[in-house]
Amino acid sequence: MDLFPLFNSLRIAAISAVIVFFVGIAAAYYIAKTPRVIKGILDVIFTLPLVLPPTVVGYLLLLLLGPKRPVGEFFLEKLNVRLTMQWWSAVFAVSVVVLPLMYRTARGAFERFDENLASAGRTLGLSNSYIFWRIRLPYCRQGIIAGAVLSFARALGEYGATSMIAGYTPGKTATVSTAVYQLWRTGNDELAIKWVLINIAISAVVLLCVNLLERTDRRRG
Amino acid sequence: MLYVDIEKKLDSFTLKASFKVDGEVTALFGPSGAGKSITLKCIAGIEKPDSGVIQLNGRTLFDSSQHIDLQPQKRKVGYLFQEYALFPNMTVNGNIEAGMRTLKKSDRIAKTAELTERFRLNGLEDKRPSTLSGGEQQRVALARMFASQPEVILLDEPFASLDILLKAELIPYIKDIINNFGGESILVSHDVDEVLTMCERVTEIASGVTERTVTTEEFKSKMKVIYERAGLDIGRFNDHER
Repeated sequence: MDLFPLFNSLRIAAISAVIVFFVGIAAAYYIAKTPRVIKGILDVIFTLPLVLPPTVVGYLLLLLLGPKRPVGEFFLEKLNVRLTMQWWSAVFAVSVVVLPLMYRTARGAFERFDENLASAGRTLGLSNSYIFWRIRLPYCRQGIIAGAVLSFARALGEYGATSMIAGYTPGKTATVSTAVYQLWRTGNDELAIKWVLINIAISAVVLLCVNLLERTDRRRG
Repeated sequence: MLYVDIEKKLDSFTLKASFKVDGEVTALFGPSGAGKSITLKCIAGIEKPDSGVIQLNGRTLFDSSQHIDLQPQKRKVGYLFQEYALFPNMTVNGNIEAGMRTLKKSDRIAKTAELTERFRLNGLEDKRPSTLSGGEQQRVALARMFASQPEVILLDEPFASLDILLKAELIPYIKDIINNFGGESILVSHDVDEVLTMCERVTEIASGVTERTVTTEEFKSKMKVIYERAGLDIGRFNDHER
């Protein structure tokens, strides 16, 4: 059994989880501070990929990154880099699809933060970055970690947008989810079921981690 | 000297706070929701007034006409929050040291030891705030506030979340601490006894508007009349001594 799809899925999910971890936290933090109307608009934009069909996200990404589209053409002509149909092309798709999960979980965690702690820190002369990294983030730690783990789990199973932007090339861009589809399409049920079970096992472990984290968070109050 | 003359439009009223504190302990007295805490937050720089001036010992902390609005970090205003706002992820010592990040580590350790002693926190140094009693939490918050070497201290209903016995024990203790501080102090309260026991002057505030600052004696006479009219026990007005 060729384990490349598992390796590829894990690296795409890991890189995407790291990207959405930072982007999601920054978005949640800064959007919360914007005026109400702008906040409403940005909130919709950052949440949209959660409700859009992943194929729509994939299509929109192709409109931007495809070799004959503005950004894709620029990279191909100037840097000789093709942005689609590479293993790492899936990172674009997965990051966009998964970002709302991290953004909304981080936002929820930040909303539960006691702002008096930040105010107390400021009157004590602490810098805003110290307050963010040493007081706000530790306070919201469980919620944020749960968001990151959930993002990783979702990233692991992303199919629609990934298949459109990275395609399915065995040994090059294949992921667990695209492999399952290809194996079913070609009638290889025996191998397909193996990948399905591997996928279910990994996802179950990840969700168990999220539940444990959330329980700890609730106990902490 | 602390001079405050500010306005800020709020949902239910417009805050118009005007008073000065010159070396004494002043009470900001009024019912809940009268604008006491928001006044303190404006002084500390946590909230921004719409207009006006706040000056502390010759420094302008806020002046809308000159577009001056010093960050809370630069105001040297100590603030004791109602629920103390201790950092839950730090130990008692961590909380106290947070108030003096600008000092050298060796100075910080020495000062923390001194404050631990002064605020009777020995043995609690490595504990987290959630494991402390209300009185202990308050002492940590006071130690942390003094660690930052404020020029004025603002105490926001310091006894509101304490039971009556603990309050009785802590009032003389905190009164001593404030008196030894030497700088300006403002105590926010809606409790007549607290004000009469701890303060030298009183500024009343109702629906966001402050009245003329009076001495505690004047305040006591006024309250006595109000209590008499309402048929309440006026014994308390004969006992208080500062």
